[in-house]
Amino acid sequence: MIRGVDEGERLEMLAAWLLAFLWAAPLLYAAWAAFHPMDFVSRFDLRAPLTLDNFRSAWKVAPFARYFLNTFLLVCMTLAGQLIVCTLAAYCFARFEFPGKNVAFLLVLVQIMIMPDVLIVQNYLTTSRLGLVDTILGIGLPYMGSAFGIFLLRQAFKQVPQELEDAARVEGAGWLSILLKVYVPLTRPTYLAYGLVSVSYHWNNFLWPVVITNSTTTRPLTVGLSIFGAPESGVNFSVISAGTLLAVSPLLIAFLLFQRQFVQSFMRSGIK
Amino acid sequence: MKQKWMRVLGGLVLAVVLGATAASAAVELNMYYPVAVGGPITKIIDDMIAEFEKTHPAIKVKAVYAGNYDDTRVKALAALKANQPVQLSVLFSIDLFELMDQDVIVPFDDLATSAEDKQWLSSFYPALMQNSKAKGKIWGIPFQRSTIVMYHNKEAFKEAGLDPNKPPATWKEMAEMGQKLTKKDASGNVTRWGVLIPSTGYPYWMFQAFCIQNGRELMNQDGNQTYFDRPEVVEALQYWRDLAAKYKVMPEGTVEWGTLRQKFLEGATAIMWHTTGNLTAVREGAKFDFGVSMLPANKRRGSPTGGGNFYIFKKASAEERQASLQFIKFMTSPEMTARWSMATGYVATSPAAYKTATLEKYIADFPAAAVARDQFEYSVAELSVHENARVKKFLDDAIQSVLTGAKSPQDALSGAQQQAERVLKSYR
Amino acid sequence: MAAALRKAMSFNSKTARWVNAWLLLSPAAVLMVAFTHFPIVGGFFASFFSTARPGRPSRFVGVENYTSMLNDPVFWQVLGNNFFYALGTIPLSVSLALLMAVWVNGRFRGRAVVRAAYFTPTILPMIAVANIWLFFYTPQIGLLDKIRSLFGLASHSWLGDPGTALACLMVLAVWKDAGFFMIFYLAALQAIPPELEEAAVIEGAGRWYFFRRITVPLLMPTTLFVVVNATIHSFKLVDHIFILTKGGPDNASSLLLYYIYEVAFSFWDTAYASTLTVVLLAILGALAVGQFAYLEKRVHYR
Repeated sequence: MIRGVDEGERLEMLAAWLLAFLWAAPLLYAAWAAFHPMDFVSRFDLRAPLTLDNFRSAWKVAPFARYFLNTFLLVCMTLAGQLIVCTLAAYCFARFEFPGKNVAFLLVLVQIMIMPDVLIVQNYLTTSRLGLVDTILGIGLPYMGSAFGIFLLRQAFKQVPQELEDAARVEGAGWLSILLKVYVPLTRPTYLAYGLVSVSYHWNNFLWPVVITNSTTTRPLTVGLSIFGAPESGVNFSVISAGTLLAVSPLLIAFLLFQRQFVQSFMRSGIK
Repeated sequence: MKQKWMRVLGGLVLAVVLGATAASAAVELNMYYPVAVGGPITKIIDDMIAEFEKTHPAIKVKAVYAGNYDDTRVKALAALKANQPVQLSVLFSIDLFELMDQDVIVPFDDLATSAEDKQWLSSFYPALMQNSKAKGKIWGIPFQRSTIVMYHNKEAFKEAGLDPNKPPATWKEMAEMGQKLTKKDASGNVTRWGVLIPSTGYPYWMFQAFCIQNGRELMNQDGNQTYFDRPEVVEALQYWRDLAAKYKVMPEGTVEWGTLRQKFLEGATAIMWHTTGNLTAVREGAKFDFGVSMLPANKRRGSPTGGGNFYIFKKASAEERQASLQFIKFMTSPEMTARWSMATGYVATSPAAYKTATLEKYIADFPAAAVARDQFEYSVAELSVHENARVKKFLDDAIQSVLTGAKSPQDALSGAQQQAERVLKSYR
Repeated sequence: MAAALRKAMSFNSKTARWVNAWLLLSPAAVLMVAFTHFPIVGGFFASFFSTARPGRPSRFVGVENYTSMLNDPVFWQVLGNNFFYALGTIPLSVSLALLMAVWVNGRFRGRAVVRAAYFTPTILPMIAVANIWLFFYTPQIGLLDKIRSLFGLASHSWLGDPGTALACLMVLAVWKDAGFFMIFYLAALQAIPPELEEAAVIEGAGRWYFFRRITVPLLMPTTLFVVVNATIHSFKLVDHIFILTKGGPDNASSLLLYYIYEVAFSFWDTAYASTLTVVLLAILGALAVGQFAYLEKRVHYR
């Protein structure tokens, strides 16, 4: 702000806070419902007794521990696959000249527009032929060749001065050690950005996992939550709020602790 | 995953090696189960399984809880298509034709051959077996079965000057009482509705009740002909629509299945139609005196049955099929059925179960639990045809389009009938 | 070209580099072909065959799936819904995103809290937030109706009325996405040199004038990026439908991808689902072509 705070700006700040409150309200509300007995689900009384019963029953009726484990495995496996596959491909696009490069890159870009999320029908058939239906690998595999990751890392690698690579080469380093000792360390922020975006994406992804998983042993949190939230005989809203909060808490806490890194990662991932 | 395969493979090898003594090797059964994960049902089933495994050490059963009926069917079929081991499941009773068309289930007559088995097959309520029979064979064993009953808030009845022990017995009474029960605040907004009948989730099921009450079934026994555009059916849908449009005892638009119980418990409606599967949850959640009764009649009383049956899959080996049969017999024995019914509110599936001491005592304390049983006398099979998911959706869409005021009953149902015709004519 | 190739081949090291390049590329190539390019082509082929059912193997049916699609009222409805959904959500979430970014880019006490509030919906799963919003919308006992009743307004079946069901989904989508798009505007705003605004102030330009004439044009590339992303989102993100409406009432809130899911995994009609997927891909493809054409002409892109 250059000028002093005038009336208009004060009004604007009020609006900004109001919007922020509106944006936070659903989550605050879920917390209210989760920590109070069912009678207070839609009655706001500050003297309402606090309780953890809803969390207890949520934890009891659905195998959340297993869902957490599944999601954790899924996210780690997917990210690891993506990092390896995309690093190699990005390095190739950034520093190699070879016939067919432009066509290959164009084919990569196709996936920026058409992600595996919309190809569930055919991908289901493919995964089924591979015998990977209802496996955690089956959930992650279609996403491991990530156009977005290749694109992002390629941009970053291109910023690395060619002289550094040449110097390493003079010292007799092969391409793998150049990649690991020069490129990867110099582009750490990009890796962090991509990692955070990927983790939040796959933590939250639903449509493909719901198609491809059949059982508790593979279901990630989102799919578990959808079953938990839409029972046959009707919902108990307090318990559902509790379950929902349980499911989002790891990512939410991570975000609140490392807000700056999250925001900057998402920022970086959007700059082309 | 790999480990599971190895274990299955190992089990197979073992079975072959042991040959005649195969019975002593553990048979592992995987069962898909549709469940209200928001309720205590998984625990009840797991306990029953544990008890079964104690008395049958040679058989291990693993239940996979897969969500509502539709999700479970989707998941079980997907598992079968992907060649995953699944030997039996509890699936929607009305998925029978679909499962037969997909050629994935075996009839029980071929497995249950001894005199004792045959007697067991005939021990269930006939109303519940209607959805199990096709082509002269029995394909499903009733287990998680329900019908629709009417719940009413007795305090609301008293407040409206009605006899709390006389819920409406006819369509006319329901409309009239509903008007008395509908309560408005000072600004003329409704704070309590007279009647709520859910129209999402399973609209065709509720609708079928209206049709039966109006003297018309919606399909034939072979599951290849529907009667959506018959006058009685149109009339039935008109009445449902009129509850909102004419009598104003129900809100405009559709009524959500999932949240309806909570609305009843919070006093937002005086009457609701819902599955008997909700009985225990309502009993535990209600802070007022409530009653349960049969659905009202027009030309006759009636409700469709609903819920899940046990099926045994073709992919199971002969040994696994026999093990599955043993498990199903255990689960449907009178004692187990009685326990299950008390814990959940689902109906007990055989007269013998209602004669057990435990269930008799329970009903003496809580007469509402017997309403569903008494209604069996008037019950008919739930809508079940070939390509059920698709045909059901035609009807669901038609019902919703009428309830939301977009179409007239005649137009909507004629359209649904035409669409159903196109699908079903190739099955005749 | 041929000469260049021959020349290249003669250099051993160059050939080795090619081989190396393709080796590096191969894992990504295999995965992308298997799960992106093959399904696009395979789905196109599948749309000309009938769905295999027991006793009735799949056979070539020409354009039959396409004719039944054109005669399928539900297809037209979900397509219409989807365009309406896109038109309703994109302008709103993009302009809110810009507004949020401008606010958060300023300096005031509690900025981090406000920014966190805007951004939080982005990192939550759609499924989870839909669970929460379901109870907002529940008639009579839901939060929305409770608040409305304070003002003497009647309860309304928000998700059960075809007139409001889709709008309910749209509100949720805007809430979820605006904070995400804000981030991109924020990045772009921070790239605008502060001297520019100082200079403008000295010349006597008002804040609004500066915003309209300088900031917005400078943000043009970002806006394009965000709009394209938002459009993709509106065709790709259908998770909330599973929880809130299942596409009802009478398909009033169903979107194209959700219908594809229903046809493929509830009716098990993969041929028809593939046909519908071809339409979805055509829309996304047209969007891509449009974006590039526009970029070529208008925006000075980095």
